[in-house]
Amino acid sequence: MVAFNLPANSRLRPGRSHPAPAGAKQVREFRIYRWDPDAGENPRTDSYAVDLDTCGPMVLDALIKIKNEVDPTLTFRRSCREGICGSCAMNIDGQNTLACLKPIDEVKGAVRISPLPHMPVVKDLVPDLSQPYAQLRSIEPWLQSETPPPPDGERLQSKEERAQLDGLWECILCFCCSTSCPSYWWNGDRYLGPAVLLQAYRWIADSRDEATGARLDALEDPFKLYRCHTIMNCTDTCPKGLNPAKAIGAIKQMMAERQV
Amino acid sequence: MNTSDQVSIRRSMLGRARGRGAARAGFALWWTQRVTAVALVPLTLWFISAIISLESASRADVAGWLHSPLALALMLALIVATFWHMAIGLGEVIADYVHGEGTKLAALLVVRGLSVLLALLCAIAALRLGL
Repeated sequence: MVAFNLPANSRLRPGRSHPAPAGAKQVREFRIYRWDPDAGENPRTDSYAVDLDTCGPMVLDALIKIKNEVDPTLTFRRSCREGICGSCAMNIDGQNTLACLKPIDEVKGAVRISPLPHMPVVKDLVPDLSQPYAQLRSIEPWLQSETPPPPDGERLQSKEERAQLDGLWECILCFCCSTSCPSYWWNGDRYLGPAVLLQAYRWIADSRDEATGARLDALEDPFKLYRCHTIMNCTDTCPKGLNPAKAIGAIKQMMAERQV
Repeated sequence: MNTSDQVSIRRSMLGRARGRGAARAGFALWWTQRVTAVALVPLTLWFISAIISLESASRADVAGWLHSPLALALMLALIVATFWHMAIGLGEVIADYVHGEGTKLAALLVVRGLSVLLALLCAIAALRLGL
């Protein structure tokens, strides 16, 4: 059955408090989920008081400042700091987003940060994303075409055909959407989730791809596709402003059109 | 964690993600759920207006009303659509929330069995009154 309570060894305990440096004027509290696999303890919430006058504007700036100046054990993923690598996806103030694109100003009160929901935790804010990565691999996210490309150039698309991929190619695979989806929480082992279904549709919608039928066959399943109930948390949370729910709707429509 | 999870501990993540492949099913249920939902809008409105117009009618009046082939056909359509829609919807809830294979199978059998039984009861009652 669905679990409404965390297992006993996952329940959060109060953690340590790190006060602001003396003389700090504009102080904001960050409450951050901490868990160390080697400690054998329950996860805890540590509190860090950060001086915003000496900190960049984004939540990621504060995390880096904390790691550099206060607590080097704080663990999180980050790379590009400009919303294109998808590494720093986490739950900030109750919503999955990218720490590098989330202004601290947009959060009222203490900034609560925890890992992407309902994924196994590797350490602190680092979730284990092996399952969604494998699901992405399972939908074969690459161009499949038996017709060889023209000998003198690349495969061409009309402007209209290319426009079909807008709103799809921009996905950076941060998995904010999949980990915000209740259907993915309850049936993540069988339901592919919004991020992977959006990627599947990205190849279904590609005029150069010749495997459309096989791709639809591989998705026609009560769990892989039809666990989507159009809850739309995915669209609500996407830090890139994309609409995975619309892509899933388009897949369902194509399923219907080939039978009705 | 169910038994199949325990034996697949060493299985690759890709193997798990692929699982047993796509069932090549699910569309029919999805489509039927939507068709019955749309059909239930006019059928339910018709039923409500009929019940209002039959306020304080006698049993003989109701039987006379249901004796019309159109009323009886609409009544049977309402019964079929309602219980079909109910069975699919509850089946979706079970697929979402019930994860033990045995419990899931038992719950699905109970829901579908009860839906058929209740639909038959309603249909027979309507036919006895209307025919």
